[in-house]
Amino acid sequence: MIKTLAKYIKEYKKASILTPICMIMEVIFETIIPYCMGLIVTNGIEAGNMQYILIVGGIMLVLTIIAFIFGALGGIYGAEASTGFAKNLRKGLFHNIQTFSFSNIDKFSTSGLITRLTTDVTNIQNAYQMLLRMAFRAPVSMLFAMVMSFAVSWRISLIFLGAIVFLSICFAIIIKFAMKYFSQVFEKYDDLNETIQENVSAIRVVKAFVREDYESKELKIAAGNIYKMFVKAENVVVMNGPLMFFTIYATMLIISWYGAHLIVGGSLTTGELLTLFTYSLQILANLMFINFMFVMFTLSAASAKRIAEVLNEESDLKNPEEPVYDVNDGSVLFNNVSFAYNADASKYVLKNINLDIKSGETIGIIGGTGSSKSSLVNLINRLYDVSEGEILVGGINVKDYDMESLRNQVAVVLQKNVLFSGTIFDNLRWGNPDATEEQCIEACKMASAHDFVMNFPDGYNTKIEQGGTNVSGGQKQRLCIARALLKNPKIIIFDDSTSAVDTATDASIRKALKEAIPGTTKFIIAQRVSSVMEADRIIVMEEGEVNGFGTHDELLNNNLIYREVYESQTGANADFDEMKGGI
Amino acid sequence: MAEPKPMKMGRRGPMGPGPKLDHPFKTFGRLIKYSFGRYPVPSFLVLVFMLFSTFAQIRGMLFIQELVDDHIEPLIGQVNPDYSGLLHAGIKIAIIFTVAALGNFTYQKIMVYITQGTMNKLRVDLFTHMEKLPVKYFDTHSHGDIMSIYTNDVDTTRQMISQSIIQFISSFVTIIGTFISLIRLSPLLTLVTVFMIFIMIMVTKTIAGKSSGFFVSQQQKLGAVNGYIQEMMSGQKVVKVFCHENIAEEEFDVINEDLYKSASSAGKLINILGPVNAQLGNLSFVVVSIVGGFFALSGIGGFTVGALGSYLTLNRNINMPISQISQQFNMVIMALAGADRIFKLLDEPVEADDGYVTLVNAKIENGEIKETEERTGVWAWKHFHQADNTTTYVELKGDVVFDDVDFGYTEEKMVLHNIDLFATPGQKIAFVGSTGAGKTTITNLINRFYDIQDGKIRYDGININKIKKDDLRKSLGIVLQDTHLFTGTVKDNIRYGKIDATDEEVYAAARLANADGFISRLPDGYDTMITGDGASLSQGQRQLLAIARAAIADPPVLILDEATSSIDTRTEKLVQEGMDKLMKGRTTFVIAHRLSTVKNSDCIMVLEQGRIIERGTHDELIAAKGKYYSLYTGNQVTA
Repeated sequence: MIKTLAKYIKEYKKASILTPICMIMEVIFETIIPYCMGLIVTNGIEAGNMQYILIVGGIMLVLTIIAFIFGALGGIYGAEASTGFAKNLRKGLFHNIQTFSFSNIDKFSTSGLITRLTTDVTNIQNAYQMLLRMAFRAPVSMLFAMVMSFAVSWRISLIFLGAIVFLSICFAIIIKFAMKYFSQVFEKYDDLNETIQENVSAIRVVKAFVREDYESKELKIAAGNIYKMFVKAENVVVMNGPLMFFTIYATMLIISWYGAHLIVGGSLTTGELLTLFTYSLQILANLMFINFMFVMFTLSAASAKRIAEVLNEESDLKNPEEPVYDVNDGSVLFNNVSFAYNADASKYVLKNINLDIKSGETIGIIGGTGSSKSSLVNLINRLYDVSEGEILVGGINVKDYDMESLRNQVAVVLQKNVLFSGTIFDNLRWGNPDATEEQCIEACKMASAHDFVMNFPDGYNTKIEQGGTNVSGGQKQRLCIARALLKNPKIIIFDDSTSAVDTATDASIRKALKEAIPGTTKFIIAQRVSSVMEADRIIVMEEGEVNGFGTHDELLNNNLIYREVYESQTGANADFDEMKGGI
Repeated sequence: MAEPKPMKMGRRGPMGPGPKLDHPFKTFGRLIKYSFGRYPVPSFLVLVFMLFSTFAQIRGMLFIQELVDDHIEPLIGQVNPDYSGLLHAGIKIAIIFTVAALGNFTYQKIMVYITQGTMNKLRVDLFTHMEKLPVKYFDTHSHGDIMSIYTNDVDTTRQMISQSIIQFISSFVTIIGTFISLIRLSPLLTLVTVFMIFIMIMVTKTIAGKSSGFFVSQQQKLGAVNGYIQEMMSGQKVVKVFCHENIAEEEFDVINEDLYKSASSAGKLINILGPVNAQLGNLSFVVVSIVGGFFALSGIGGFTVGALGSYLTLNRNINMPISQISQQFNMVIMALAGADRIFKLLDEPVEADDGYVTLVNAKIENGEIKETEERTGVWAWKHFHQADNTTTYVELKGDVVFDDVDFGYTEEKMVLHNIDLFATPGQKIAFVGSTGAGKTTITNLINRFYDIQDGKIRYDGININKIKKDDLRKSLGIVLQDTHLFTGTVKDNIRYGKIDATDEEVYAAARLANADGFISRLPDGYDTMITGDGASLSQGQRQLLAIARAAIADPPVLILDEATSSIDTRTEKLVQEGMDKLMKGRTTFVIAHRLSTVKNSDCIMVLEQGRIIERGTHDELIAAKGKYYSLYTGNQVTA
C-alpha cells in the first residue's frame, strides 16, 4: 500500500528528502539554544560577566537565524512536497480511472471514486506533510533534548527517562482504546450522513407519505447512539491532557528537590537547572506530539488503502498487441456469446447468443426488465468482454481492434446519459472535436433538437449547467443523440434513448436517420413497439436469451411475447384506424 | 487541445471561505448561547476549573524563582543545609499542582458532555427543522450544499466549541497572568518583551494577510478541481464511449497543476509562520537576557539573578499563547462562517400550515357521519366552522376540482394558466403533453408541495388550503418520477407507506403491485437490504417497490407521475393489472407518455405551455385530430 503510493512522489522526491533534513537541522539548533541560555545565566549573569552575555547572546542570535532558515526551508519544502504529492496522486488516480472498463467503474461506484479523488487525497496530503515535517522532527527533538540533558546532568536525566516511559505506556493504552471506539463511531457516523442524504434527495417521498416526524424520531435515536459512542471515545482521549500535566508537574517537583541537593552539593549550577527545565518541557511536549501523530496516521491509513485500491486496479480490458484500426463495415456477428458481469458469477446475463446482422440494417431490440438488452449491445463496442464465444464487427473479432478506433466507429447513446458543463456546441463536439457549426446543426436537425436549441436565448452557445439540469429529460436525450451522430459511426446504438421524447418526435428522428445515414447499422432498444416495428429485423430478448429474431410481421405471427407487447400497446391504434375509416 | 471549460463551483470545499460574515459577533453570541448557554452550571464549572488550571501553570513557572532565590541560593555553601523550607514549598506547590491536574481533568470531561451534547442537539435540530421545510427549499438549494452543513459546518463548529473557545480563554488568561507576573518582576524588562510581542504580531499579520490571497485562490482552484472530478466521475461511462479519456486527462492535468501552484504557495507561507514565531521567541530571549543581565549585574531596581531566571521562563511562556491565538483566529473565522450557515438553515421558515380541517376515522350511521376512534376504513374530513361554532363532517371521497388555477415557481414567471379541471371520485385523469408543458407541476399543487398563486383547488368540496397538510397528504398516494428508496429491508421500504402495516399487508401490497415475483427471487426475499437508493435493483424493480409502497397506504386519491415510464412494456403490463385493481374506486391523476397508460382514462388533459388545450376521452381527442392526435400517432396534423 505504502509502496504503491510512494511511487507517486516522483519529482517531489528532492523536497521530500530535504524537508525532514531541514527539520532535523532546525531541531538541532533549537536544542543548542536553551543550552546557550543556561550558559548565559551561569557564566554570564551569575558570574557577573556582561561580556560573556554579549558573546553568547551573539552566538545565539546567529543560531536563531540559522534555525529560522532551516525551519522556513523545511516549511517551504514540506508544502511543496505534500501538495505536489497530492497533485500526483490525483493525477495518477484520474488517469488510471480513464483506463477503467465499465466493470471497473461499476466495482468502485461513482461516489466511491469521487471520495477517493477528493477527501482521501486531502487526508493523505495532510498526513504526508505531517510525516515529513514532524515525524522526524519530534523524535529527533526528543532524542536531542535527552542527549543534551544527559550532558548537563545524567542523574536528573534519568528522571526524564522515567517520565517518558510512564507517559508512553499511558498513551499507548489510551490510543488503543480510543482507536477502537473511534473506528466504531465513524462507521455509524457515515450511516447517519447517509440517512440525511437520503432524506434530502427523497424529501418529496418523505412529505408525500407524511413521514417527517417519523424520520426525525428515527434520526434522533441514531444521533443519540452516536452521541453515546462519541462521549465514550472522547472520555478516553481527554485523559491525555491531565496525564501530561500530571507528569510535567511531578517531573518538575522531583527535579527541583533533587536538583536543589545537587546544586547545594556543588555538582549542578542554577543555570543548568533552568536548562533542564526547558529540556523537560521539550521532551514531554514532543512525546505528546508523537502520540497525536500516531492517531493521525492510523486514521489516514484507511484513506491510503482506498487510494491504493484504485491505483492498483487494472483495467480488465486490454488493447491487443497488434490492433486493427479500421472497421470495414457495420456488420455484427454474435457467435455463441455468453456473458456474466462477474467472472466468478455463476449467473450468466446472456446465454448462447447467435446473431448475424448485415451492415446498414436497422435492428430493434425489445424485452422485459432484466432481459439484458443493454448488456447485449454493450458487448458490441467492447464496453464489456464476452465470457464465452466471440463477437465480430466488420468481420473481425472486437478484441482484435484498437479500442478507441472500435468505439469511434460504434457510437452509443447510453440509457443513463450525461451532458457536461459547457455550451451546447462544446457538448456536441464530444462526438467530433473538429465538427463545424454546420455539421453540429445538421446533427441536431436529425435528432429533432435544432428547434428547441434555437428557442434558447443563446442558441447553440447556451451553457449547459453541470449535470445538464437546465434542459429537460427529452431535450437531453435529443442532444445526446446528436452528439453520437457527429461521430459519423458505422454502427450506432440507441439504448432506450428516446424514452422521454414524445411519439411524434421519436418517429421523426427515426425517419431522419433512415434518410440521412442509410449505410449505418442501427440498434434501437425501446419500450415502445412503435419505435422498433419499422426496423428491418427485431430481436426479442427474454431472460438473457434471444426469444425471437425477425421482421415485425414474422414476429407477430410466431412470437408470443412480441404479439403480447404489440397488442397491449397498439390496441388503441386499431381503434383509431377504425374511427378514421368511419369519419 | 481543448481549452479547460469554465467551471461552476461545485460543492463547497471542506474549508471553503464562507461568505463575508455579516454579523460575526451576533453569530458568535448565538453559538455560545446555543452551546454553553444550555449548560449554565457545567459551563461555569469549566470556567472555574480552567482558570484554576491556568493559574496553577503560571504559579508553577513562578515557583522556579522561589526555588532558586529562597531555597537554593541561601543554602549554597552551608555545611548542614536545611531543606525543610524547600520541602514545605514543595509540598505546597505539589498540592496546587495536584488540584490543577484534577481541575484540568474535570473540565475536559465536562467539556466532552457539553460539546457532544451540543453536536447531538445540532444534528437533531437541523434535521427536524429541515424535515419541516417546504419542498421549495430543496428545489432551490443544491443537495451538496445542504449536506455540507451537516458534515463540514457542524465539524468546524465542533472544533470551535471544544477547542478554540477554551484555548482562547486559556491563552488570554495565561497572557494576562504572565504579563502581571512579568511586570511584578521587572516593569522595565516588560517593555522589552512588549516590544518583541509587537514585532511578532506585526510579522504574523503581514504573513497571514499575504497568505489569505493564496488561500482564497487555493479554495477556488480546489472547487474547480472537485467540480471537475464530480462531473467527470458521474459521466465516466460517457467519457468512455466517446473516447474522451485523453481530453479529460489533459483538462484535468491543467486545473490540477493550477491547484498545486496555489496550494503550495499558500502552504509555504503558512508553514513559514511557525519558524518565524519560534525564532522571534528565541530572539526575544536573547534580547531579554542581555538587557536583563545588564539590570541584574548593575542591580537596577533590585533585580536578582533568580528573578531573571523566572523572567526568562515566563517570557518564553508568553510567546506560546500568542502564536496559539493567531493560529486559532483563522479557525474561528471559518467556524463562524459554518455556524452562520447552520443558523441560516435553522432560521429558514418552515412549511406554513394554516389548515384546520382534519382527517378522522368515521362510520356512517343512519346516513350520518360519526367520528370514531377505531379504524373503520371510512374516512371523513372534520371541518370546524368558527363562524357558528359548529363541526361538520364530509366523507372522504376523492373529488378534486381545479378552479381557474394560476401558478408559477417564481412570482415573475407563471407556468400554469387558467387550469380548470374536475375529477369525480374514482375517475382516472391523464395528463399528456410535451416535456415542460406543466404536467408535473399540476401534481405538485394537489398535495401542496407548492401553493397556487390564484384560483382554488377543492378536495371533496373543501379548499385544500383549509386542510391540514399532513392529513391532505395522507389522503393522497403518490408515485414520483424518480423513485427514491431508503436504506433498510425491502419490507421496510414497502412499509414506508404505512408504518404499522403487518407482514401480511406488506405481502398483499407487493402482490398487488406485482412486485412479489422479483422480491421472492432476491437473496433474502423481503428481508433483503436495500442500500444506496436501491442501486442494486433495476429501474423497473425500484418502480414496482414504489408502487407497492403507495398501494399499502391505501389512499383515496392517487398521483402517478410517469410512474410506469421506466418499466418496460412487459413488466408494465403486469403493473397495469395491479394498478387497475388499485385504482378501482380511487381518483387517479396520471402522467405518462404511453398510449397504453392513458387510453383507458376517463378524461385526458392535453397540456401545452401551462394551458389545457384539449380535453376529453381518448376517442374524442383522436377524433378531434388536434395535438393529442399528433402526439400519439406520430403523424403531423395537416389540417
